[in-house]
Amino acid sequence: MLTLPHYLTLGAILFCLSMVGIFLNRKNVIILLMSIELMLLSVNMNFVAFSRFLEEGSGQVFVFFILTVAAAEAAIGLAILVVLFRNRSTINVADLDTLKG
Amino acid sequence: MDNLAIATPEIFMLVATCVVLVVSLFINENNRTIIYWSSQATLLVTLLLAFSQIGDEAMTAFEGAYGLDAMSTVLKSWILIVSIGGFLYSRDYINERKIARGEYYVLGLFGITGMMIMVSAINMLTLYLGLELLALSLYAMVALYRDNSDASEAAMKYFVLGALASGMLLYGMSMIYGATGSLGLSSIHDILAGKTDQSVGARFGLTFVIVGIAFKLGAVPFHMWVPDVYDGAPTCVTLFIGTAPKIAAFAMIIRLLVDGLETLSVDWQRMLAILAALSMVVGNLLAIAQTNLKRMLAYSTISHVGFLLLGIIAANPEGYSASMFYAITYAFTTLAAFGVLLALSRGGYEAVHLSDLAGLAKRNMLLASVMMIAMISLAGVPPMVGFYAKLVVLKAAVGADFLWLAIVGVAMSVVGAFYYLRIIKLMFFDEPIVPVSAAASPDVSAGLAINGAAVVLLGVFPGLIMTACVAAFS
Repeated sequence: MLTLPHYLTLGAILFCLSMVGIFLNRKNVIILLMSIELMLLSVNMNFVAFSRFLEEGSGQVFVFFILTVAAAEAAIGLAILVVLFRNRSTINVADLDTLKG
Repeated sequence: MDNLAIATPEIFMLVATCVVLVVSLFINENNRTIIYWSSQATLLVTLLLAFSQIGDEAMTAFEGAYGLDAMSTVLKSWILIVSIGGFLYSRDYINERKIARGEYYVLGLFGITGMMIMVSAINMLTLYLGLELLALSLYAMVALYRDNSDASEAAMKYFVLGALASGMLLYGMSMIYGATGSLGLSSIHDILAGKTDQSVGARFGLTFVIVGIAFKLGAVPFHMWVPDVYDGAPTCVTLFIGTAPKIAAFAMIIRLLVDGLETLSVDWQRMLAILAALSMVVGNLLAIAQTNLKRMLAYSTISHVGFLLLGIIAANPEGYSASMFYAITYAFTTLAAFGVLLALSRGGYEAVHLSDLAGLAKRNMLLASVMMIAMISLAGVPPMVGFYAKLVVLKAAVGADFLWLAIVGVAMSVVGAFYYLRIIKLMFFDEPIVPVSAAASPDVSAGLAINGAAVVLLGVFPGLIMTACVAAFS
């Protein structure tokens, strides 16, 4: 029988994976975008699990909004990625180092 | 649905922004000023609508997702005033550089709508949506300079770290939702107050919420994006990011930490105290080392965020109103400083280095005076408004037994005075490198003169804003 802690643990694992993806990734900006999506999905997992076990609906409504915002965010992220690639001809994270201080 | 009317400013703003967006698609290159004027008209009408709500009794709408209270009306009015100034100063800069001119105003208007929603949100869902509307507009605005490699790098960094911050904030919100079973901030407050055992889940969520807020505000150690974004973005966008969103961020802190999680104040006081102390120290010390004006102002922002947090750390109404005063006047003063930079960045010339300000007094006395007033105010010297703002937040911190924090604050504002006064020395006592007189458009000059005068006037008569700030939390 799956209980609330199981879902929360899964959410926490996904969240940690996305953090690792953002901070340890030195290669590709697209992986950063994927990690961001994963992070939002782990939050969705939490909201749905809480909503189900508290028997309270507003958490599921929140999930729909997060999904929508995540789509908009991905669109803007990819647009910035295209602009970046046109200017730099690379999407390597390690090359994003002209601004320093 | 009966009190839908309390959202009139936002509804008008959203409709008008969509009209401006459609108009900007069909207008040809030569008539772009129409977009500028219609954006300003939109802001002005919204300002009148928001201003007319000041003094109305507190109400909620949309099933308790949206609220009108004394704080939201005042902050909304100031966000709009600061944005009108920001658009005015940006106009010539955008026209000269031909960077997607209509889009700057449209994205700006959407961002301002987001800020207004954040200020009025009394539910975590509304707060998140307002925040994202603001953040998504800002990411796109930073990338407006499509052919500029630095701008696109800054946009990417801002996007990744901003999205990370939103993720943190959301994770915290999900934990708070799990602990209380509610998204409405006032019911979260009541549920937590009714619990005898302090909820572990809510505290766990609080930590993530604080990290998210610190990222958005740019408090140390979550400040890495601030200098890069300020530096890489076109100056008109730096102005936009550096002014009104600080007021909205203040409102977000109040909504989440005070309206929602006030029962956990002992926990968040400690966390914010560390953030504030680090921000004041790191911001001021690193600002000294900068030769780039925009980077210097970025580190100065970080240090001011530390001061802004001082009042909130006090966790009492005096502290909150002191922080509110600080946020408003800080946005207003920075507006003047960036306005001068924008007025100087003309004729294919970009004012980014400290040396670009050398001998400004000989080139244009008005610009130099306004910059001087802004710098003295940011340094916190009387009779400018920055002095009074620092005084009230420090007083609040001392009153709440955070004496060590107040001492750090005073010591660091002495250190900070060095780099602000260095700019004044450069402007008034050095010889200009480019001995051309710097001319600004008449309306921009008038705007800057009013802005500078207001910084002095509000310093002499702080009660003009302070009464509203005190009333917001009484």
